[in-house]
Amino acid sequence: MVLGTNLKHIATAAQHNEVINNNENVMICCGRMGPMCIPVYDIMEDLEEEYPHVAFYDMPFDSPEAHVIRNAPECSSFMGLPFTVYYKNGKLVKATSSIQSKAQITSILNEKLA
Amino acid sequence: MNYDIIIIGAGPSGLTAGIYAARAKAKVLIVNEGSVGGQMVLTHQIENYPGVESISGYQLSKIMRKQAKTFGCDIKTGVELTKISLEGDVKSIEIDSKETFTAKSIIIASGGRSRSLNVKGENEFKGRGISYCATCDGDFYQNMEIIVVGGGNSALEEAVSLTKYASKVTIIHQFDHFQGYQHAIDEAKANPKINFLLESKIVEFLGTEKVEKVKVENLKTGEINEMSIAGVFIFIGYVPQTERFKGIIELNQWGEIIVDENLQTNQKGVFAAGDARVTRTRQITTAVADGTVAALRAVDFINQK
Repeated sequence: MVLGTNLKHIATAAQHNEVINNNENVMICCGRMGPMCIPVYDIMEDLEEEYPHVAFYDMPFDSPEAHVIRNAPECSSFMGLPFTVYYKNGKLVKATSSIQSKAQITSILNEKLA
Repeated sequence: MNYDIIIIGAGPSGLTAGIYAARAKAKVLIVNEGSVGGQMVLTHQIENYPGVESISGYQLSKIMRKQAKTFGCDIKTGVELTKISLEGDVKSIEIDSKETFTAKSIIIASGGRSRSLNVKGENEFKGRGISYCATCDGDFYQNMEIIVVGGGNSALEEAVSLTKYASKVTIIHQFDHFQGYQHAIDEAKANPKINFLLESKIVEFLGTEKVEKVKVENLKTGEINEMSIAGVFIFIGYVPQTERFKGIIELNQWGEIIVDENLQTNQKGVFAAGDARVTRTRQITTAVADGTVAALRAVDFINQK
């Protein structure tokens, strides 16, 4: 089960762990193909060139495997898709809920994944 | 940097304008504050775009963007337009308070967006109890009490759809009547999980980690009461994204850009296309047609100079 975006996809929890442990900086957008999620995927695609030191991925929210993000303590108060999570050296350093602007995302990338 | 034509907006009208203008050998810049594709990307499946049996709005926007780039358009997305000058022979825009671009002609294809309440706490609790999409976020509210704000078809229909999850849905609307179709009103009124709070509006969202309460003003009496609530869904309509052009180009009372039959605004060399202009029909096909007309007239305009 993968999303129909042009990003790299994470399908399983094992793959999620592999990605965050094999890359220093990772941003994952966990969502559906809905109106709050698509703009975030779109911004991530735009930023891939500008932030070559960050690995950008998506993950389908409805996959049982996405429990690794859905159940993260940092996402416990979230009630809006997508759940977007940022990892530095395998550690979750920031999480956001619902649609975000490019300015909000770049601000997090610059602050947390520099 | 100088261009022949700058296009503001990268929805179907803006991208089509870019394709046509660039194919006519104009040097084109497309700038966009939101997502490429505009409202089109939010359409799950498009089945009435001639020549394409079925495609997602997301994929169609990707194809249009690729076409525009292939024909030579420069595209800058996710930018903030910090200054715009549309008068005189040389038009200019400034983005992100740092880069300025000039052009002989401008096409405004800035589209529209969902209206927000603009009250205290709305930005803070977005995704933490405030949502603009029932199908996206409805299932977070299983057996909880929620509010739907609005009185049009979207609000009424989404309120009914949210009763699949929520234990109770309160529709808050500022008027004493609804703007939706009668069948949508009847369906909402017949639903035992839905109740109504008319002539009222939310004035503040309260909570710590997420929304816990809202302050609701009774518009008849001015009285403000607090309501405990798990979530609020906002469906209060769609507005053209033209605020920044107010006082520069002529808009009607709804903020739509007034154009002539060539899609030219009251400023010479400034054209408008798609959902931002006065029109009764807002479809991808009409946006694409507008983009075509605006681009060809803009090319005529710069060639006459």
